[in-house]
Amino acid sequence: MTTACQHCGQPSPAGQGFCCAGCKAAYTLINGLSLGSYYERRTLDSNQPPQVPEEAPLPDMTAFITTEGNIQTVHLMVGAVHCAACAWLIETVLSQQSGVTYARMNLTTRRLTVRWDRSKTTAQKVLEPVHQLGYTLRPYRPELLETTRKEEEKHLLLCLAVAGFAAANVMLLSVALWADTDGSMGPTTRLMMQGFSALIVLPAAVWAGQPFFTSALRALRHGRLNMDVPISLAVLLTLGLSIFDTLTQTGGETYFESAAMLLFFLLLGRYLDSRARGRSRAAAEQLAGLQAGSALRLNGQSSEVVPLSALAAGDTVLVAKGERIPADGVVLTDTVTLDTAFLTGESLPTQLHKGDTAFAGSLNAGDALKLRMTARAADSRLAHIVALVEEATTARNRYTLLADRVARLYAPLVHVLAAATFALWWLAGAEIHTALTHAVAVLLVTCPCALALAVPSVQVAAVTRLLRQGVLLTSASALERLKDITTVVLDKTGTLTSGRITVEAPSDTLAKAARLAVGSTHPLARAVVAACPQAEPAKNVREIPGQGLEGKIGLRVCRLGSAAFCGAVADDNTPLWFRDGSKPAVPLTCQDTLRPDAAAAVAAFKQAGLPVMLLSGDRQSAVDAVAAQTGITEAFSHQSPEDKHAALKKLSDGEQRVLMIGDGINDAPALALAHASMTLATGSDVAKTAADVILQHDRLMDAVRTWRLSKRAHRMVLGNFTLAVCYNTVAVPLAMAGYITPLGAAVLMSASSVTVVLNTLRLLRD
Amino acid sequence: MNVLAYLIPMALFLGTLGLTAFIWALKSGQFDDLDGAASRILFDDEDETPKKR
Repeated sequence: MTTACQHCGQPSPAGQGFCCAGCKAAYTLINGLSLGSYYERRTLDSNQPPQVPEEAPLPDMTAFITTEGNIQTVHLMVGAVHCAACAWLIETVLSQQSGVTYARMNLTTRRLTVRWDRSKTTAQKVLEPVHQLGYTLRPYRPELLETTRKEEEKHLLLCLAVAGFAAANVMLLSVALWADTDGSMGPTTRLMMQGFSALIVLPAAVWAGQPFFTSALRALRHGRLNMDVPISLAVLLTLGLSIFDTLTQTGGETYFESAAMLLFFLLLGRYLDSRARGRSRAAAEQLAGLQAGSALRLNGQSSEVVPLSALAAGDTVLVAKGERIPADGVVLTDTVTLDTAFLTGESLPTQLHKGDTAFAGSLNAGDALKLRMTARAADSRLAHIVALVEEATTARNRYTLLADRVARLYAPLVHVLAAATFALWWLAGAEIHTALTHAVAVLLVTCPCALALAVPSVQVAAVTRLLRQGVLLTSASALERLKDITTVVLDKTGTLTSGRITVEAPSDTLAKAARLAVGSTHPLARAVVAACPQAEPAKNVREIPGQGLEGKIGLRVCRLGSAAFCGAVADDNTPLWFRDGSKPAVPLTCQDTLRPDAAAAVAAFKQAGLPVMLLSGDRQSAVDAVAAQTGITEAFSHQSPEDKHAALKKLSDGEQRVLMIGDGINDAPALALAHASMTLATGSDVAKTAADVILQHDRLMDAVRTWRLSKRAHRMVLGNFTLAVCYNTVAVPLAMAGYITPLGAAVLMSASSVTVVLNTLRLLRD
Repeated sequence: MNVLAYLIPMALFLGTLGLTAFIWALKSGQFDDLDGAASRILFDDEDETPKKR
């Protein structure tokens, strides 16, 4: 029987109400502050990983605090925030303390700003309660992150507002001009209407057109043509011609509203595009930032927290339980237990002894350990892997987006059409003014409004939908590349499996083993306890580091530990044995648990005709077991990061476009090299930087859904392009023939843009 | 038709007012946390909401 933990909602032993001591402490703290209404307000999403208080201490903030008079400020990224109640809880816990002057949590970006009076309190004191509640806090410098992108997005929104204002107001006047079909409007009124239109549109266009003008100028300076060139040309020519007609009053039509609308629709596309990319990128930055590390350096008797870059060879560092080893080094502690799953793919913890070398990126699964650095962080094996990743990523950045490819074809075509219109009319004997008017009409109707919206609107819809499902895209071209994949390559540890070890054995053996294991922090002991949580601790339990546990159950002395410790014959596949008194030792099967949807995801890819391959750094037997359970026929074990990288290279040289899904540091080079790649929220930060897609909820079926959505999104983009082309094939001949009036151009422009957006909205529905 | 000489500037004036309000809102950070603002309004106990002191 299990009940839901009162704090995090995870299953927990019956009668206790909590799944772990951390949750109990957090629950007591919240109720102690009389903030119990938090539990009524929050919405627990069963898909979101629940917040479990972390064991690592609060990171040092000193370098990130800014001081102004007595007021100090720190900006933090906050992990494990899942709804508005969390934001409320954090703000309330902070602002209830004396000395705190300001606490505001931004729920969109998951960032927190705290100000306090340094004469009354300290950073550590202020933030400790929030840390105890289970929220991960990582300081950052706001000036180093996001600011440029945020500013750009704000500037676009401002331009959009101005263009929208101008378009709406000038339309008011234009409708009056269009309504005058029989010429009954007096010339003075007409002049006034056109004059007002010019007054509104001119400053607005000059200001709101900046993003296009600057980009067009930049392209022209490099001798290239981009989409912004015909846009700028259309706006400038339209305005110039309209002003000329207003001043001379030769009876020509004015196109002020077209210029304003053109800018409005284009800016809308631009803004949507930047927003879609920005939201995902901010979330990904957050994930990476939450793992950014520092190390505790020991200087004789004292210690100090230093950033990783400040570590040098020869330094001695202390790595607490649950922390990662910052750089390669020699172990100074007698026996240490390391979880190297990220680095090697090995699912079971490994033991090292004094004098062994520990590699950067391994997780300290046992007690605190001391390490003497043999290399700087920048020279470690981890750094070598990162370099491989960077090399592969640069190659991938050369991928050209579909929209850019279309624009490259379209921009010259538009210029040619407009120039041809002008030349033909002029040669046919029309006045320069008439010829120019018709050329401008061509520029206006071919204006890439619908084209400019075709891709960004689909991007926004897809990203929004994915974000809702907890899938983050880290690169703009991710969806476009994902749709082309022909092969799927998977990692085992942490990807197909959850990285959590389960222990299996006859129930009475397990029950006794758990009684020994209750007090230990060793990962395998924790796994035994997890399998049998109600165990009463045995008597006289003592832990022999590197070997196992010994204690008394009834009258017999029992042992839980390595084969040698329990007197059994060593076997590579069984790391854990139990001996009851003098009876022969019994093996306990330790297995990394398969993710519940692993087999379904593999089957889905296979059904779609994509071959699935497994590349793992783990032992042959562990790999075979997982391959059999998921139905993968091509499985390779003992793969080093370089092997995986080489395997991917071979596949891509063989004209295969690979989707790589992996989570470890050892997968990162392969992730970066793959045509498209995905990682999970529990993955290493190197993997997250290398991958295009981050599956936040650690569900493999999300990978299948994302891939399906990418195909659907692509079909939608093509549909949008077709719509836009259809409009143009009708409108361009009319415009060239001189039949397009300002009213016609305005109607066509809006109609095509609106159809494209409506078409895209279908993506948001099921 | 002379009334237009007043009405159009008035309409434009009101429009500009709206635009200025929007620009002000954008600059003062009202659009920075749309998700938070959407949910915060549901917590209606004034005493417990954190405020600038």
